[in-house]
Amino acid sequence: MEKNQVVLRHVTKRFTTRTMGTVTAVDDFNLEIKEGECFSFLGPSGCGKTTTLRMIAGFEDLSEGEIELCGRPVSIKSKNLYIPPEERDLGMVFQAFAVWPHMNIFDNVAFPLKIRKTPKREIEARVKEALKHCSLDGLEKLYPSELSGGQQQRIALARAIVTNPKVMLLDEPLSNLDPKLRETMRFEIKELQRQFGFTIIFVTHDQSEAMAISDRMMVCDMGKIMQIDTPENLYRKPNSRFVHNFLGESTFINIVLKDGKVFPKGDNSQAIDIEIPAGAEQEMVIATRPNAIKLTKNSGFMTHIEKRIFLTDKTEYLVQVGEQLVKIQTPHRVVFAPGETCGIEITSPGWYPPEDKEAEAERARRQRF
Amino acid sequence: MRKASSDIAAMEGRRLGLDGIMTILSFILLFIIVVIPIFMIVYNAFFYQGKFDLTLFSSVIFDKENLKAMGNTIIIAVAVTIFGTIMGLFYAWLLGRSDIPAKGFMRALFTIPYMFPPFFGAMAWDLLFSGRAGYINRWLMSTFHLRTAPVNINSLGGIIFVECSYYFPFVFMQVVSALERMDPTLEESARIAGARQSQVIWKITLPLVKPAISAGALLILISSLAHFGVPSILGFSKNIYTLPTMIYALINKSGGSFDGIRQGTALSILLVAVVAIALVIQKKVLSSGSYDIIKGKSMRPTLIKLRGAKYPLLFLACLTLLIIVIVPLVMIFLVALVKAYGLPLVWKNFSFSNYQKVFASTATMDSIKNSLLLSITAGIVCMFLGVMIAYVVNRIKPKGKNVLEILSILPYSIPGTVLAIGVILSWSGAIFKITLYNTIWIILVAYMARYLSFSMKSASASLQQVNSSLEEASRACGATHTESLRDITLPLIKPAMVSGFFLIFLPAMRELTTSILLYGPYSRTLGVQIFALRDAGMIPQAAALASVAIVLIIICNAIVTWITKDRKGA
Repeated sequence: MEKNQVVLRHVTKRFTTRTMGTVTAVDDFNLEIKEGECFSFLGPSGCGKTTTLRMIAGFEDLSEGEIELCGRPVSIKSKNLYIPPEERDLGMVFQAFAVWPHMNIFDNVAFPLKIRKTPKREIEARVKEALKHCSLDGLEKLYPSELSGGQQQRIALARAIVTNPKVMLLDEPLSNLDPKLRETMRFEIKELQRQFGFTIIFVTHDQSEAMAISDRMMVCDMGKIMQIDTPENLYRKPNSRFVHNFLGESTFINIVLKDGKVFPKGDNSQAIDIEIPAGAEQEMVIATRPNAIKLTKNSGFMTHIEKRIFLTDKTEYLVQVGEQLVKIQTPHRVVFAPGETCGIEITSPGWYPPEDKEAEAERARRQRF
Repeated sequence: MRKASSDIAAMEGRRLGLDGIMTILSFILLFIIVVIPIFMIVYNAFFYQGKFDLTLFSSVIFDKENLKAMGNTIIIAVAVTIFGTIMGLFYAWLLGRSDIPAKGFMRALFTIPYMFPPFFGAMAWDLLFSGRAGYINRWLMSTFHLRTAPVNINSLGGIIFVECSYYFPFVFMQVVSALERMDPTLEESARIAGARQSQVIWKITLPLVKPAISAGALLILISSLAHFGVPSILGFSKNIYTLPTMIYALINKSGGSFDGIRQGTALSILLVAVVAIALVIQKKVLSSGSYDIIKGKSMRPTLIKLRGAKYPLLFLACLTLLIIVIVPLVMIFLVALVKAYGLPLVWKNFSFSNYQKVFASTATMDSIKNSLLLSITAGIVCMFLGVMIAYVVNRIKPKGKNVLEILSILPYSIPGTVLAIGVILSWSGAIFKITLYNTIWIILVAYMARYLSFSMKSASASLQQVNSSLEEASRACGATHTESLRDITLPLIKPAMVSGFFLIFLPAMRELTTSILLYGPYSRTLGVQIFALRDAGMIPQAAALASVAIVLIIICNAIVTWITKDRKGA
C-alpha cells in the first residue's frame, strides 16, 4: 500500500503587512502526497503555492495547522513544534539555482555531505555518482560562473540528490531556463525520480509544465485550494471557471436562460442547443475549449465568421455569438472565409456562475502584494 | 551593447563641431587641473634649479623623524583598517541579518559619522580625555584619587580609536548593501543541505560578502593613510606625527618658504608611494573576485533570531552609537556654551557669549562666506565639467578616452596634502607667472581637482542608463545635435547632475586637509578657521563655530534627502 509521504493538516499562513493589513496567504490547506508521487502546486503569483512550499521546507512558520514529513511531525503549531530546515532531510532546488559562486562544482555538490561529516572517500564516490546522473561529469573543478544556466540548474539538482532525500522540493526550477532546455530538464527530473524514487513537490505557474510532469496536482488561487486531481481530470472536469481558465485555452460564453432555452447574452433571437444542468441560475457562463467547438456549414447556432487568423498548427476563427466574439480553433483543413455564414456546435460545456468582480479585484490586490 | 563606431556622437566627434570642442576642452582642462600639479611635485622632488638632484630627497627620506612619521602612518592605518573592518562587519550583520529591533533608526545613526569631518570628533574626544585637562579624566582623577590621567587620547591608540569611529561606516555600508542584495536562496539552500545557522554564516554568507568587505577595508586603509585632521588635532601636542601632518608641520615651520615646500614635496613622494602600494593591492583584490550574488525573486531574507542575546546586543549597539555619534556631538555643543575652557559643565557657566564672539568676528564670518562660495562654485563648475567629461568618455569615445577617464579619477586617490603641495608649486608663479597663492582661487583649483571624480562618476553612471537611441530619435525628428543634447540628454541626466553637485558641495563645506596648506590671510575656510581658533587656545569659540558647521551640515543633508526623495516620487 502506498504511504503518505507529505501530509498537511489545516495549514494556514497569515502575513501582516503595513500596507495591506492581514492577508491570509494560505488558507486551511489539507493535502496528502503519496510516496514516489510527483505532485504540483499550480497557480498564479500570490496564490500561496510558494508559501506552502516554504512552510514544508521550514523557512516559514505556520499560523495554524501541522505538517508531517515521512511520518514524522515537523511543524505542529498547537504544540509549538518546529524542526529547522537542516533537520528535515529534504532536497530542494530553487528558481534562481542558488549554487554558491565561491565554491567549485565538486564543493557545491559535496557540501551537504561535508556538513553531515561523511567520510572523505564516500563523499568523492557519491559526488561523482550524483554528477554522473546529472551529466556533469568532468566539470568538477569549474566554477558556477563558467557554466550555462542549464548546467547551473543541474548542479543544484546534483546537490539535492546527493544525500538521497525522500522528498524533493522544486520551486519553479525551470522558469529561468529557455523553452527548449525546459523540456529537456523536465525529462531529466522525471528520470532522476524514476531512479531514486523520491517524492516530488513541484511549484510552478506554468500549466503545461505542471500537466506534463505531475501525477496529481493542486490548483490554488488567492490562498485557497481550488481543486486537487490528476492533470487529465483537471483539464476535462474543472470544478470552477478559474481552474477551467487556468488549465488551457478557454472560450467562455455568457448566456441567459429563458423559457427553458439557452440564449447568448444580448441576443434573444436564436437559442443555443445544449442541455441545461440542474440548478442552473438565470444568468450563467458556459465554458469550453476553442478546439472543442465544431464549426459547420449549416447546423447548430447560425452566425458568421468575423475574423480568421492563420496560426502555425491551426486556424483560429472569431465568430459573433450574441454580444460576444467567440474564439474557435480548427485544423487547417476546415476553411471558412471572413464574412461567411457558419454554424457552431457546442457539446457538454462547463457551467459556472457569472464573473465575480470582487474576486477579480482581490486577485489584483494580492498580486501587487 | 552597441559598438563605438555606430554611435552618432562618436561620428560627430570626428568633425570639429560641438563634440570636437568638448573633447579638446576636456583634455585641456584635465591637463591644467590634474597633470600640471602632479608633474610639479615629481619635478620638484627630484630636480633642483633645473638639475637632477637626489640629495634633498634622500636626506628627507632617511631623516629619523620622517621615518618615525611613516611608521606611525602605517601603524595607524593598519590598526584602523583592522578594527574598523571588524566593527563595520559586526554591525552590518546585526542590522542586515538579525531580528534586532529599531533597525531603520540605528542605520540612520550609523551613517552619521559619514556626514561630519573626523576632526570634529577628534576635538570632542580631546576635550574629554586630553591628559589632566580633559573633562572625564579630571572627573576620574578626583573621584578615584588618581595621580595620573587614566586615559590619554593624545596617543597612537587615541588616534586609532577616533579614526575607527569615523571610518568603520565604509565597511558597514558596503556589507549591509551586499547582504541586502544577496539572493536569500543561497543561504536557504545551505540550510536544506543540512547546515546549521552558524555554519551558514561561516561557510556561505561571509565568503559571499568577502568582496564587499575587502572593498570597504581598502577604502579605510587608503583614507586613513592620507588622513590629516585627527592626527593633527590629537598628535601635535605630544609630537606624534604622521606623514600628512609632518608635511603640514614642515611647511608651516618654514613659514611658507620654498625650502619648506621642497621638503614637503619630497615627503609627499613618500606618502604617495605608501598610498600607491595600497591602491595596487586594492586593484588586485577587487579585480580578483566579485560574485554575482543578486539573482532571482526579491524575497525578504530570513532573519536570524537572536533570542536571548537580542537585548544585550541592542544595548551594545546603542552604547556604541552613543559613544561614537552622540557623545562627540553633545560635547561640542556643551563646550560651545561654556564661558571659558576648563570650567565645569554646569548650568551657571553656560552662556551664548562664544556665539556672539564667533558671529562678531569678521575673520570667522569671512571663513563661512569663503567656504560657501568655494563649495558652491566648485560644486557647480565640477557638475558641468563632470557631465562634459562623462559625455566625451561615454558617447564621443575619442582616442585616449581611457586617459581622460583615469585623469579625472586619479586626483581622488592622491592624498589631499600632496595635492595641495602640487597646486602650490604650480600656481605660485611657476607657470606663465600666474600667482594664485594666498588667494581663494588656489583653493578652488584644488577642490576642483579633488572632487571632479565625484560628479564625473555620477554623470557617467547616469549616461550609461540613457540609451543613445533616445538622442538618435531626437535627431531623426529633425533636431540638431545641440538641440538634442539640450532637450533630451541633459534633462534625462539632470537628477545625476543635482546629486553630483551635492556630492561635492557637502565635503567641500567641511574640507580641512587641502585648505590648511593653501589658505592665506583673507582666504580662510570654515575648517581652517575652526582649526586655527583651537590652535590659538580659543577652544570654546572653536567649538561654537564647529557647532554652527554641524547645524549647516545637517540642514544641507536634510535638503539633499528631501530632493532625492522628491525625485523618486516623480
